[in-house]
Amino acid sequence: MEFALSEEQEILSESVRKMLEDNIDIDLLRNHSKGDDVIRGNIRQLVVEMGLPGILIPEEFGGSGLGVLEAALIAEEFGRYAVPTPWIGNSVMAPIALLYEKGNSLSEKWLPLIASGEITACVSLTEAVGKRSNAGLSSKDSKVTGTAIFGLDGELNPRIIITVLEDNLILIDTEKPGVTISEIPTIDSTRPVVEVVFDSVDFEIIPGGKDAIQKTIGVGRVLLAADILGASANMISNAVEYSLERKQFNRVIGSFQAVKHMCAEMAADLEPCKSLLWYAAYAQDNIREEAALLSCHVKAHLSEVGQDTARTSTQVFGGMGFTDLLGMHYWFKRIGLSRQILGGPEKVRQEAARLQGFLS
Amino acid sequence: MDLNAGPEYKSFREKVVTFLKENSHMAGKGRTPVRPNQDELEWQKKLIENGYAARTIPSEYGGFGAESDVLKSRIIAEEFSQSSIPMGMANQGISMLVPTLLELGTDEQKKSWISKTISGEVIWCQGYSEPGSGSDLASLQTKAIIDGDDFIINGQKIWTSGAQISDMMFCLVRTEPDEPKHKGISYLLIDMKTPGIEVRPLMTMTGHAEFNEVFFTDVRVPKSQIVGKRGEGWYVANATLTHERGMLGDPNQSATRLKEIIDLMQQETVNGEKLIDNPVYLDRLMRLQARVLSMSFNSLRLLTASHKKLDAKMAKLIVKLNSCQLNQDLAGFAIDLLGELGTIYGKSNHDHGSGKWQWKYMFDLGLIIGGGTAQIQKNIISEAGLGMPREPKPMAEGKK
Repeated sequence: MEFALSEEQEILSESVRKMLEDNIDIDLLRNHSKGDDVIRGNIRQLVVEMGLPGILIPEEFGGSGLGVLEAALIAEEFGRYAVPTPWIGNSVMAPIALLYEKGNSLSEKWLPLIASGEITACVSLTEAVGKRSNAGLSSKDSKVTGTAIFGLDGELNPRIIITVLEDNLILIDTEKPGVTISEIPTIDSTRPVVEVVFDSVDFEIIPGGKDAIQKTIGVGRVLLAADILGASANMISNAVEYSLERKQFNRVIGSFQAVKHMCAEMAADLEPCKSLLWYAAYAQDNIREEAALLSCHVKAHLSEVGQDTARTSTQVFGGMGFTDLLGMHYWFKRIGLSRQILGGPEKVRQEAARLQGFLS
Repeated sequence: MDLNAGPEYKSFREKVVTFLKENSHMAGKGRTPVRPNQDELEWQKKLIENGYAARTIPSEYGGFGAESDVLKSRIIAEEFSQSSIPMGMANQGISMLVPTLLELGTDEQKKSWISKTISGEVIWCQGYSEPGSGSDLASLQTKAIIDGDDFIINGQKIWTSGAQISDMMFCLVRTEPDEPKHKGISYLLIDMKTPGIEVRPLMTMTGHAEFNEVFFTDVRVPKSQIVGKRGEGWYVANATLTHERGMLGDPNQSATRLKEIIDLMQQETVNGEKLIDNPVYLDRLMRLQARVLSMSFNSLRLLTASHKKLDAKMAKLIVKLNSCQLNQDLAGFAIDLLGELGTIYGKSNHDHGSGKWQWKYMFDLGLIIGGGTAQIQKNIISEAGLGMPREPKPMAEGKK
């Protein structure tokens, strides 16, 4: 038994971090938030060059065939740098959905294109997590009509949409007529989410039924938790760094216990989340019976810890934390979005209880 | 990450389960400081013989003498916790003194004390805190001066759990009053039957005397009873404080509490509704479960790190702070679940074990304060973990 990252996993983490460190900064996030398409394209290019979209896709389809833990480590780094480019929907949930049943024709057709970066896939599973009265899909004569909301990774003209129709995941090729994609303005400019309106569009069913939906949601939750972990870690380290520079009363504010204890509490809450995340991510591939429960727990717990971290670390910066100048709000908001996507903490904890047979 | 246990571990787990099935009737209740009776000594002996207590203590000192194997230790802890059977004897002698002697004691000291301590024959108490030296432990004033072959000790200790039943005390005393405070301390082993030692029980908010005050008046201790050199006591003690913080942060204790709470929720009804069917309580349960899981995975991470002889840094620094608070939150939740019945603290027809939770809830507050207060832990986390500076010393009194 070894409860630690392997050397390969450490190297993967570090190389992604290095690439992001060299390429992503606050100015970029700021320009990206103004909807700069050149920036979107450039960042996407970097991620594709590193082969990251194919991380979960088997080698036979041109990917690197790694596991959910590796994907989560990348998500953690993406959270740390608030990377504004498709990741969780396109590179994780879409492959997980398409790979649920081996040997289906959809995976043969689309996975190589996702792995190579030729296309992006947008995933909207809101319908399966929390149905809304003014959204949802229905089908008639093998065509789908309706609205899918909070689609992830739909900002770069996605070639395919994966969403839910009744008890199945379905795939829609956006080159078919009748698909309209528009961005939903949320607090988080680093990860645009979209609304997709379907007007009598051809679709194909992804095999796997409800189980495939659950598995895809479960892995998505683990990845969102990983993003929160990285974003929170970044907020803490920035807060600590700032506290060692900023002086008041002739002292760096980081020498005041009031400030030190805020930072210590954040660190104490966040550190065990790392182990929870490793276990939950590992379970997705290796401990089938615990996978769903752990994905609920890690999502809910990191949502809570992340929210506290986002609030407290902003306060460490004092008035500067509240301004746009330092840009810490990009992480504050990113954590805020992750908390709600694929189920907020109460919703997810209810599921955790149900999975243990506590709620009838 | 590889959480697969090989076949060796599967069969090891089966062995532990079988042992527990066959022998659990012999187990005690894991009571707090009461001197072990004959049955409990027998049980401890059996545990050591089978490698379930004193597992990695060398056999020349009366231990089982196994190689350190984190997974096996984990399996033992899990299975004992699952069957709600306390792991072998847990006291300050076993968890704090023995590791210290193994690391820093002389051969003579190891031979004299380790075997008798792990068997439960000799019970130890810890003499660190003083009325004027709590968080600032290094300012302690209990004095030891040399007289012939002895130290002569005068002073007072406080928060000494188990002093009334202990045979021996490992104690910090000031031997070099002219040295800086950290360098003037020595670590002595004191026989509690020595003339001049007076133990007075210290009643706490729980209504019990879990601790004592210990007074020393001209107490003579042979010079050979020092561990480490004169003036090195602070460093010797810090070796044991690490062990204490590990002991206060045992994740299996939280897991056991959580399991008891789930049992309670499945049994207890209010207005005809089982507590487990109440969504608000369930939400609290799930929040706590996530924290328990996080800390137990954190401890797996620490086990792996210690096995590889790596410093787990932050993952280790946070254990005492988090675990003590988590345990108290669990006790507080159990009390809320019981509602009015949760306030019962004594014999009553309506008692559902609530007195137990109230006691834990109060005693845990003592643990949050003791062994390095939560605030001291936060200083350690921010300084050693995050690299933040120490609070500067205030200007001397009177200066403006």
